[in-house]
This record gives sequence, C-alpha cells and structure tokens, in this order.
Amino acid sequence: MPKRTDINHVLVIGSGPIVIGQACEFDYSGTQACRVLRSEGIRVSLVNSNPATIMTDPEFADSTYIEPITPEFVEKVIDAERPDALLATLGGQTALNTAVALYEQGVLEKYGVELIGADIEAIQRGEDRQRFKDIVRSVGGGVPGSRVCNTMDEVRDFVAECGLPVVIRPSFTMGGLGSGMAHTHEELERMASLGLTESPVHEVLIEESVLGWKEYELELMRDHADNVVVVCSIENVDPMGVHTGDSVTVAPSMTLTDREYQHMRDVGIDVLREVGVDTGGCNIQFAIHPRTGRMVVIEMNPRVSRSSALASKATGFPIAKIAAKLAVGYSLDEIPNDITRKTPASFEPALDYVVVKAPRFAFEKFPGADTGLTTTMKSVGEAMALGRNFTEALGKAMRSLESARSGFWTVPDPEGATLDSTLDELTNGHDGRLYTVERALRMGATVAQVHEASGIDPWFVDQIAGVVELREEILAAPVLDAELLRRTKRAGLSDRQIAALRPELAGEYGVRSLRHRLGVRPVYKTVDTCAAEFAASTPYHYSAYESDPGAESEVARQRERPKVIILGSGPNRIGQGIEFDYSCVHAAMGLGAAPDNGGLGYETVMVNCNPETVSTDYDTSDRLYFEPLTFEDVLEVVHSEQASGTVAGVVVQLGGQTPLGLARKLTEAGIPVVGTPPEAIHLAEDRGSFGEVLGKAGLPAPSYGTATSFEGAKRIADDIGYPVLVRPSYVLGGRGMEIVYDEASLENYIARATEVTPEHPVLVDNFLDDAIEIDVDALADGNEVYIGGVMEHIEEAGIHSGDSACALPPITLGRQDVEKVRRCTEALANGIGVRGLLNVQYALKDDVLYVLEANPRASRTVPFVSKAAGAPLAKAAARVMLGSTITDLRAEGILPAHGDGADLPMDAPVAVKEAVLPFHRFRTPEGHGIDSLLGPEMKSTGEVMGIDTAFGQAFAKSQSGAYGSLPTSGRVFVSVANKDKRSMVFPVKRLADLGFDICATAGTAEVLQRNDIACSVVRKHNESPEGAGAAGSGGPGDERDVIGLIKAGEIDMVFNTPYGNPGPRVDGYEIRTAAVSRDIPCITTVQGAAAAVQGVEAAILGNIGVRPLQRLQAALRSDRTGEAG
Amino acid sequence: MTAQTPAALVLEDGRIFRGEAFGSEGSCLGEVVFSTGMTGYQETLTDPSYHRQIVVSTAPQIGNTGWNDEDDESQRIWVAGYAVRDPARAPSSWRSTRSLPAEMSRQGVVGISGIDTRAVTRHIRERGAMRAGVFSGAELATDREMIDRVTAGGGMVGADLAGDVTTGEPYVVRARGERRFTVAALDLGIKSNTPRMMAERGIETHVLPLTASLSEVRSLAPDGVFLSNGPGDPATADHATELTKEILGAGIPLFGICFGNQILGRALGRDTYKLPYGHRGVNIPVIDDETGRVAITAQNHGFAVRGEPGERFDTEFGRAMVSHHCANDGAVEGLRLLDTPAFSVQYHPEAAAGPHDAAPLFDSFVRLMSEAR
Repeated sequence: MPKRTDINHVLVIGSGPIVIGQACEFDYSGTQACRVLRSEGIRVSLVNSNPATIMTDPEFADSTYIEPITPEFVEKVIDAERPDALLATLGGQTALNTAVALYEQGVLEKYGVELIGADIEAIQRGEDRQRFKDIVRSVGGGVPGSRVCNTMDEVRDFVAECGLPVVIRPSFTMGGLGSGMAHTHEELERMASLGLTESPVHEVLIEESVLGWKEYELELMRDHADNVVVVCSIENVDPMGVHTGDSVTVAPSMTLTDREYQHMRDVGIDVLREVGVDTGGCNIQFAIHPRTGRMVVIEMNPRVSRSSALASKATGFPIAKIAAKLAVGYSLDEIPNDITRKTPASFEPALDYVVVKAPRFAFEKFPGADTGLTTTMKSVGEAMALGRNFTEALGKAMRSLESARSGFWTVPDPEGATLDSTLDELTNGHDGRLYTVERALRMGATVAQVHEASGIDPWFVDQIAGVVELREEILAAPVLDAELLRRTKRAGLSDRQIAALRPELAGEYGVRSLRHRLGVRPVYKTVDTCAAEFAASTPYHYSAYESDPGAESEVARQRERPKVIILGSGPNRIGQGIEFDYSCVHAAMGLGAAPDNGGLGYETVMVNCNPETVSTDYDTSDRLYFEPLTFEDVLEVVHSEQASGTVAGVVVQLGGQTPLGLARKLTEAGIPVVGTPPEAIHLAEDRGSFGEVLGKAGLPAPSYGTATSFEGAKRIADDIGYPVLVRPSYVLGGRGMEIVYDEASLENYIARATEVTPEHPVLVDNFLDDAIEIDVDALADGNEVYIGGVMEHIEEAGIHSGDSACALPPITLGRQDVEKVRRCTEALANGIGVRGLLNVQYALKDDVLYVLEANPRASRTVPFVSKAAGAPLAKAAARVMLGSTITDLRAEGILPAHGDGADLPMDAPVAVKEAVLPFHRFRTPEGHGIDSLLGPEMKSTGEVMGIDTAFGQAFAKSQSGAYGSLPTSGRVFVSVANKDKRSMVFPVKRLADLGFDICATAGTAEVLQRNDIACSVVRKHNESPEGAGAAGSGGPGDERDVIGLIKAGEIDMVFNTPYGNPGPRVDGYEIRTAAVSRDIPCITTVQGAAAAVQGVEAAILGNIGVRPLQRLQAALRSDRTGEAG
Repeated sequence: MTAQTPAALVLEDGRIFRGEAFGSEGSCLGEVVFSTGMTGYQETLTDPSYHRQIVVSTAPQIGNTGWNDEDDESQRIWVAGYAVRDPARAPSSWRSTRSLPAEMSRQGVVGISGIDTRAVTRHIRERGAMRAGVFSGAELATDREMIDRVTAGGGMVGADLAGDVTTGEPYVVRARGERRFTVAALDLGIKSNTPRMMAERGIETHVLPLTASLSEVRSLAPDGVFLSNGPGDPATADHATELTKEILGAGIPLFGICFGNQILGRALGRDTYKLPYGHRGVNIPVIDDETGRVAITAQNHGFAVRGEPGERFDTEFGRAMVSHHCANDGAVEGLRLLDTPAFSVQYHPEAAAGPHDAAPLFDSFVRLMSEAR
C-alpha cells in the first residue's frame, strides 16, 4: 500500500538533552524522520528542547519548537499546530513516555491526533515486563524466572524462593536506570528500594540471574502488511551482567550456528508480531546459556533505540528513515534500498566485514563513583569501527575511543599486576576489560582460564590470543618485512602499537615510513548492505588491510569538484559531544552547496567514528569514511582522497579538540589545513604566547603564574591573592581544575594534582570571585569579525562554562559592556589570526573585562548561539575557511544583511541554555549518591534551551526541559555559605511572598528571620537534635533532619551554596545528593537562585506559551532589516 | 605461527587471488560462485546443490562454530572448493565436535583462505560466475598452467550433475507421530532437512533415485510427489521433466523446490536460463504475487525459469502462473498451476541454512494433498 493520504501534518517528538542512555542517536533518527516526511510532502512540526541537535535546525521542519518535552508543553504545541498524527518512536524513551502520557490524559483524543509508528497497546505490551514475559511464553519463547513487585515484601518473598543473585529492573526507566544485580541481601534491600523509587509506577521486576550468559540483540522492522526483516544481529563480547550500552559489541553475531541464529530470529519475529508493533523498528535482547544453548528473551524496545542507530551505521540500512516511511503507510518492498537503488528495503543486510562498538566512559569526572559495570548504563559515548575481521575492527574501535590507551601495549601494565590479580579483575565488567584479557593471556593464562574468569566467549578470547602471539612474532622478528607488517596491520594494530614493540624504529613515524616504503597501505571497502552482491551508489567507506595482491580499493575517482575533508569529533564524552557534530554537519551542508567552483561547490568528505551521529549518516556528506580520528588513520584517508582527486583542504576546527589536535601534524605532513592556521591555534593555546597577544591588544587577563612545587605555587598565590584557580598545565574540559581559598587547600591540591601529572607544572590563576562570566562565539575572515552571540552566564565565573546556565542576549549587561566585548573580541581575532570561529570567555568584574580564555575553533555553544540569534555560524565558518568573506555571506543571505549577534533588537526573545548533569547515574561502591556540586571541571552531558519573550519564562522552560518543572508552591529549604547570606535575602523573601514555606539551617534562618522572612529551622544532617533545639524554633525540623525531609518528599526546592574549599562539606553533599535522588531542583549558586525565583514567578503567572523557532528567527531578521531601513 | 602453505584461486579469465591453503592441500576445479549467508557454512558445504562449485563466502570470519554432528544436509561435503577470508583459529560452540578445516581435510576438500573475498565477489558480479580452480602446495604452478587447467574443465551450462548426487537406493524417512501422508521425493540432490520438515507434518517420505519411473512412483500410492533441489543445468534433466509431466497428467499433487521448480517450469513448456551470477544467500526477498507479502528466503540457484512477475500462461495441464518473484531482480521464484494440484518455488522453504519464513509452503503441500483426497 502506498503512502497514506489522510496524513498531511505530523508532529515529531525528539529526545531532549543528551543524557547517559539517550544520546545523539536520536538526533540522527529524528533528523532522518524529518527529512523523509518532508520529502513525502508532509508538513512536519517538531518538539525538542535540545538546541545542539541538527533536527532542531529551522530548515529540518516546518515548525520547530525548542520547548520542554513534557506533556504540558507538547499539548501546547498540539494546540497551536493541530497535527494529524504524532510520531514518537524516534525520540527515545523520553518521546515515548510523553506520548503515552498524552494518550492517557486524553490529549490525543481531544485534538484528534493519531499516534503513528506504534500504538499505545503495543508500547505497553512491550514495556510492561510481566505482560511482555507472558507474550514471549505464549509464542513458545523462553524467559528467565521472575516476578513483578510493588513492595519490598514482595521482593523478599520472591528471593526467598529463587535465591540470589537476582537482577532488579525498575519499570519505565531509560538506559536501565536504577537496575542492577544483587548478590547479597544487603544489596537487594538497597537496590530494590531504590528501583521502586526510580520507577515512575513504583514497580520493579526481580529476575532469575542470567549473569554470564551470552548476550545478543536483534534489530527488527515490521510494516503494516506484516512483513518483517531482521536488520542486524549484535553479539555482546561482555556476557550478561553488563548493560549492552557499556559492553563491547560485535555485528554480525560471531558465535552462533545457523540453527541457533534462526531460532533467535523466529522467536524475535513471533514476539514482535504478538506485541503488535505495527510499523517501525524494534530491538529485542536475548541471552543464551553458553553450555546448554538454552535461549531466553530478556527485553524489547518497541521503538528506534541506540542499538538501531548502531545497526543502521553497521549495515547501511537506515532504520529510522525506513521507520518514518513505514509510519506513513509504505510497505518495506515499496521502499528502495538507498545504497543499491535497484533493490527494495524488504531484505536483510549481508555484511562482509565485522563491526565492533566500544563504550567511552567518564569516571574520571566523578570521583568516588563506582567504576564497575553493571546493568545500569554508565558510558557517555561510543565509537564504532569496521574491519574485515574482528581484531582489525577491535583495534580500530580501541583507538577510536581516544582514551589514555590507544590499543594494546600503548600504556604500561598496572604496577604489581600478577596473573592471579589479572584473572581476578576479569570477573567483573570494567572499562577496558579486553585490555585485561590481553594482559592475562600475555601473562600466560589459557583461553579457557580467561573465559572461565570473564565469561567472554572463547572465540573472542582466542582472537585476542592471536594478537598476543603476533606480538611475540613482532618482538622476535629480526626485521619487520612486508609480510609480517601486512599481517600485523590486518590484525588491527596501529603504527603506534608496533612502535611500542620495536623501539629501534623511532616511534610511530618510523614505523609508518617503513610501512609506506614497503607498500603496506590499507584499501578502502564499501558498506553496501549486500556484501557486494549489487553495485553500491553510496560511497560509505572503511579501511582494511588485505594481504592478497589481488585486493581492491573501491574509492571512486572524482576530479570535477575539489574535496574538503571534514574531521568529526569522535565518541561523545563530557566536554565534546553532539555540539561538535552539529558544526561538522553544517560544514558539510554549507560547503556542498557553496557557490564556489563555478557553482559546483565542494565534494564533502566526512571522517568520523561515532555511530550515534548525523555526521556519520551516509546522506550527510558526499563521502563518508567511518574511521578512527588518529593521525595515522586520517593520514591514510587523505592519501586515498588525494589519489582519487584534489583535496582543497582539511577542516579541523569544527570537531572539537580531537581534530584540532591533529592540525599541526597534518600541516607538517604537507596536508592543507584550512581556516585558522595551526601556528595561530598555538598562539591561543600556549600560555606565554597568548599573554603576548593580550599584551599587544591591551587586554587584561587575570594574573597568573606557573609552579612546579607547592612553595612556588604558594608564592604565586600570596602574590596575586586568594582565591586562586589551580590546574595542571595541560587540561581538557577543565580536568583537574579547582578553586582554592586558602593555603591549606592549595597544599592539599598540589599533593593530589602532582599525583595525577608528575611531569607537568601547575598553573595558578587569580580567581575572580563574584565576577560575571561572558561567553562569545564569533566568526572572523581576516578582515571583519561577526559576533554570533554574547552569552551571560547565570552562575558566576568558576563554574565550568559547559555546566553553567547562560542567557542570550545577555540579561544584565549594558550596551557599553557589550560594545566592550565586541572590541575585545575583534582585537583577539586579529591578534591571533583567526579564519573561522573563535570562542572567548570573559569575566566582568568591577567594570573590567578580563579575558579568561580564547579558543580559535567551534565551541560547544555554536548551535545554541546559531539558534538563539538566528544565524548559522558553523555553516558560515566552513565557508570562511574556504575563502569566502563575511561580506559574501551577508550578500548570499547566509548571514543577516546587517548587524550581528551582539546587537540584537530590543524585543529579541531571550534564550536560556541549561546544562543537564548525570549525577543520579552514579553511585559510590557503597551505593551512596555522588556529589552534585558544580565547579571548574565540566560534568554535564547535555543541554536544553528555553526561549521566550523574557528571562523568567525562558529560564522556567529551561528548567522544565532539563530537570522537571520548577515548583509553584510548597516548601523551600535554604542553607548557604556565609559569604552568600546577604545575596540570598531578596530571592528568598520573594519566594516567601509568593506563598512558599521557607525552612533553613540555623545560621541561615537567623539571617532570614532578621530580614522578616518567616522560616522554620531544620536540623542539619550531622547536628544532634539538641543543636536544633538550641536554635530555638519549631517546625518540621524538630523531628527529622533536612535529609529526612527531602527524602520524605516534604521539600520542593533546595538552595544550597558550598562553603568554599576544601571541597564540599559532608553535610552539603548529603543535602545535594538527597535532592538529586528525589529529582527536586537543587540550586548551588546565588545567581542560580535569583534566576530560579524569576522562573518560579513566571510559572505561577502561568502565561508561558510556545512559539516555533521559524517565527522567532523571522522576527529577528525582519527587525534587523527594519532597523537598517 | 607455522608457515602457511601458499594457495591461489584462479579464474578462467585470468584473474588470480592469492592466499593460503585451507582444509586439504591440492587442487580442485569448479564454477566459482559467492554466497552471502553470514551463518550456516556447514549446511552450505553439505548441500548437494553446490556440487562442482567453488564457493566463496562473503562473510569474512568462517569456522567460528566449528563442525557438529547435527547440521549436515547430506552425507558429505559437496562443494568442489571453499574460499574464505579469515578462518577461525579455534572453534567455539557447545555443539562443536571438531574444526571446519579438520573436517575439510578429513573429506579431502581443498580450500583457500586469506584472499580478498570481496574483490572476488565484485569480479563475479561484474563478469558472471565462471570456471575456476584452487591450487595449493605442490599443485601450485605457473599462472599459465593453472589457467589452462581451469579452462580445460567443464562449465555449468549443459552440466548434468544430479546423477552424481542422487541416492543409489530408495530410502524412507518416517513421519513423526501418526503417518498422514505418503510422499515420493525425487532425489535430485535433496537436503536432509526436507524430509525432516515433511516428517514433522505427518508425511512419510520415500526418497527415490532420480531414475525412478512413474510406475515406481505409483507403486507407493503416494499422496504427493516432491521434486528436490539439486545441482547442474535443468535443461539436461530430461528424465525428471518427463516424469513430472506424467505425474501432472496423473493428477498427483506435486511440490518442487529449487531445481524442482526449474523441472516443473520445463514440464510446463517454459524455458530455463543461466543467471549471470545466481542467487546464493539467506537474505533474499521474494514477493508472493497473489498476496503481495514478502518472505526472506534462503536461495541457491544459478539457473532460473523464464517469466514475468505474476504472469499467467496456459499449459497442457491447464492455466498456470508465476506465483512468486525475486524483489531484487524480478527473477521467477515460484510457479503454480491453477487447474492441476502442483506448485513449486525456486527458493528453499526447508532453509538450513537460512530463515524459516517460507516453511509454511510445506503446509500448503499438505493442504494440496488433503484437498486431492
């Protein structure tokens, strides 16, 4: 049946901010859906609170609402747009939960909106664990023994029957939040009660343990004609017990015979049919007992998932795109396969390569967090790699992660590791477990021993054993000849790994020149869905080393258009995520459509290894290389492209630190790097040179010094005065940075920091207490500077800019301040020699504008600024890098004809960006929450934007989008540091006036009461009851301390500012973690409190509306035209 | 690592791929074809339809699950040679009893590993399936000598191979549970799973050599006749085609698969032809022209019946139609007589290896036999 004619307008719901378990894979799927629907002539409205997404670019939908994804706001959008249908299966669990809520509240019925892509019944059958199990049993599938429990008593009863260990899975949470395995009764009590709290329906499933079983996933699609295809099978290298998002996974499955695979496929299809997912994709997880072959079905996601994105990239079969087409009425056989163009989508991809996905963790950002891997997902990103065999793909995946290790042998073994200790380590899932496997084998363990300890299938262990044998050969070989080198590369080893074994070759460069001399270079194969059975029209390539002299590379010649190679940003991590992918995608779009080269534009070539992203969609650029972003891998890609045509340049400025770090090496290798030259990048990065730039331009910066000892640091600190900001000289994302307020904490810091980086000195900066931090994104063409936007941080300087909320236009800066910002930015752009983007961070204190940092590259805020100020900065930047001027871009209409982001009209809407933090994801090994305090080290995983006519409304929206709505009534708990007590009076008074009950700790309460604010005193957690009595006030605090009140749900909002260094006091930590676990707003800065009060007021007034971005931006541009006229 | 024995895959057009010996050393000649299945090498290697063919697996990692005692589709490995990229160092499966190369060596099957299998596949895709040879160890010779040996061998067009693979003596596969039907199955290269699937449906299968006559078939008083898959050019299968005509004339329900589909086609007066590089895989979409539904099927055929999707035509046994076609290239994938109880498909409802989407065709056969009673 062809497309339905009764659907003319579809509302798509996105997935909101990037959080652990829900990342940019939903930008990829949502973007595909929007593209598909619009190409079908369907009007698309979109709701997504995440400004860093491509899908929320105004050109991807007819009406784009950057609004909170809550039933309340989505209803407002439905009311405004009146769509025929709602598509919620491409926006992750967030979208699906919102759709279910809208259905249950009768909103869909009220507005006559049809849910397409999956019906509510099917969603409930798929997600309700007990019903799902019944379904699996009814089609003859196996399931682990289990019981659904709503109380702890039920939990204890079941465990009394089935014994420990058991798995605890809360219902309706995403990414396995709150789930885990209990081995002891203590663990059971703690985890099950937490699970009951985390579940929105207070329900947990307690399940027979399948720990250590083989784990598989199938990605399936079904159309309305009941045709079903399995797009991909995925095998987890880590056996059951580690969340699939945290496992190393492989596609296709490696260790099943056809008989077992087909059994899995049959059960999967039967389950899918019985659950009744009518159209679209779903993912089903299986466990297989390694010795008996018993197979059980674990769970199902009746929607597009993280694994779907992986499967799409792994196979070339675009699940989200096809799902969108199925949702509007097509059947699979009516949809052409994009890659072959001649065959239909009703088939199952055949792979002639192996895909490995590896997770990227960020435990270093959360000191104290348990680094063991469980059924709760903890990774923040992932990398995928393709190779012609498992070890080749694994090696590429390992180096794609860009962690400290870059494949086997690239860091020394942990000190004191023995075979026993290593085998012992293998028993639990951990980051880099396959490194531990290699170490165990190298230390003499057998494949069987490693399998026994880890549960990893012997086939995978044996593959790594092959690498260990190869290592011996490399070490023993008199010379590295072409044959051995070829075999080494074929096993996935990098030049750097070889260099680690053969020091006489003078490092990676020496290995490479030997390899090139011997003619050992990769070929590039194509991902074509069909194992070469049909010709592919989509140049989606990956590298492989072949030993066969008859081997072929498949990169087509292309000489008409010069090529631009865009280096992506690799796996998501804290500090480098979707925002950079956004910029890379814009570069591809902008350069492909550029009027350069006689209107032909450029051929865009994307290099990236993150399967979640839009940039690695084969539709985004003209060519896609799915490759690690190491110098070696990039060099080979450039070589391949140079061999097939002319490379006009490589873009390194848009993908964050990863590609930027390659700039100099690429230039030295004679490869044209476009945009700001590496020498200029160095000017900005090197402390000394940057000081000179500032000096020449007459710009002030906080005074600083460099020290190699505590004495040196102390001298500098005494000199410039406390507080000081201290950090290792080489930092990423604020890593290891701290603000210290006195000598004792300085000494403490140096003691700890030098442990981290013994070779590197420590930088000591004057910390501008209470300054306003300002962030600027600008574009420079060597002649003119275009200010994209000026953002005022809501938290004071000292909180990492990535974690700080900010407003654009700046809400408290005067016109003169903004002019000063403009002049300084221009001076910096010229001083550094920027050609492209520049991000500057300023601190404004006592009317002096200090330059904190300048980064000549795309920043995290580029997408936010582009949306809030209505000009596509990244697209413009890519054009500037290839030689266009700002004047050209204004003339073309890419940039506004007049004005820029620093002179927005008076009535411009206010946009607020709020960071989203993952604290509730992590626990200490003892099971306690980790501290949610903000500081100079970035910890957020994502962001949302709230946009409205005034700051209060915009801030309220940003909070709703990020954490849930601000309260409009109830009780607020206040406990602030002495230095903040004065500033806290007015906001708290306002809350009291608005009808809130105020309670506070004794010290804070005293100040509030003296200011005529009625408040009760609550005991601190570490105070004795007598202490509270002595404070002499009644109220709820008499019986319980603040933690008890928070846990009992009697507090609706917390204001708690920390007491300076050293680190948070235990009490503050307990308060904040309790607030995080209850999911109530917890504000840790004075400025944040003031903003929250404005937001609360706006929420109470209740006049918060929704407006599409298209209308907001059109108003921005027409206002400007008006001004100019 | 022990030194590997060099080996070469030599194509009749002179293209040579070099790797290492895998399985037995020596040489073999056959038609080189590629199979895109990612699972099921044991079933593929033991499928008689691959007789005289050198199979290239496009899936790069082969042998991971070793070899077991349950998954053979016949008594032996039939492929002439096997070409893979990365053989497993050691197998891993709870059912495995030995490794793939060990079993190949035991049966004297010559293979090659380490070649760029994707390049081979692309070559075949562009130039068509062709004669080839694998040479290793002492059999390795100069390029010219090896190419000469390849071109001296026979091609697949005009090859009558079913006689090589058919059973010498009739045998019976009993129904599981109560016997409801008796079927005479003409063995043109039958796979073990076919009688097994019939047995599950209460069918007792009498597997007959391909030389069986109508009277031999009739002596079983069968409820139906089954034409199996098998190797070679259907244009050479005159006896089977004649027998099929007789069975149609007698009104005995008939079901054919693969080679059997081509035989039925020829019995109905349709021509058969060689596809450029055939259909070999477990992911091939077939559209039922009557319902529009898609089945993902296991296929292994180098020849096809001439016809158009959904085409209806008249035969001496009444009206007939092309009932199924391949969604990829429109090739005929099934035939059905509308006035006589007979149908056939070009693909493998018995799967092994491959998906089970088409298994209900055995139920259709059961229905046909019930209705004919």
